[in-house]
Amino acid sequence: MQAEQDSLEKVVCETEVEIKNADGLHMRPAMQFVDIANQFDSDITVSNNETEVDGKSIMQMSMLAATYGTKLKIKAEGSDAAKVISALRELVEEKLFGEPAP
Amino acid sequence: MKFADFVCFKATIPELQAHDRDGAIAELVSSLDKAGKLGKGKCKELAGAVIKREKEASTGMGKGIAVPHVKHKAVKDVVAAIGQSSAGIDFSALDKQSVYSVILLISPVDEPDKHLQAMENIFRHLQHEKFRKFLRQCRDMVQIEDLLREADESSSL
Repeated sequence: MQAEQDSLEKVVCETEVEIKNADGLHMRPAMQFVDIANQFDSDITVSNNETEVDGKSIMQMSMLAATYGTKLKIKAEGSDAAKVISALRELVEEKLFGEPAP
Repeated sequence: MKFADFVCFKATIPELQAHDRDGAIAELVSSLDKAGKLGKGKCKELAGAVIKREKEASTGMGKGIAVPHVKHKAVKDVVAAIGQSSAGIDFSALDKQSVYSVILLISPVDEPDKHLQAMENIFRHLQHEKFRKFLRQCRDMVQIEDLLREADESSSL
């Protein structure tokens, strides 16, 4: 029973998103990302090929240097992980952080 | 990208005269201008643009650090100037704390990738408490230049 409860609470969701706004993940988009990430309980990590950072920290997100076309892996771990992934994917790939494409 | 690739060491201000955000930004822009890094007559316009950007959302990222920045045609390449305040400056920072180290970053309008690479470099080092502490302890331009050059060579700083 214990194991089953654990698996219920510890949901892990992962996705890959592509940066599609021309200016990339500069400070304003990064802040939008962190603002949304912080609305959830799940632990969120974001990585490019080289670096893995805390998706709730603006300083760390600024270290990704995610230019236009960069693919980022977002991993959420917690009860609301699925919602995290869908909200962040929408921000990055559908809303383009409210910024223009190239 | 390394600090030495974009930080103008000649424009460093070890102790800012200004005690407020807008004054500190104006001082650093003027310092870059005196170092010959800006297009002619762009000083005032540029300071205004940085302050306008700052009003939209504070670049006071917490832990005593602010990174005011703007993309502007006054520069052809990414350039930064560092200023310090021992008294601390109110930047309306995210953590509501005073700012002791200000890194002003000016990027060309059409080089978004270089801007991101400079930011990556800045935050890779600034996220370390040791680096922030060392930076605050610097008392003159040479010490700041030495620290940044050392950071360029060492991954642990």
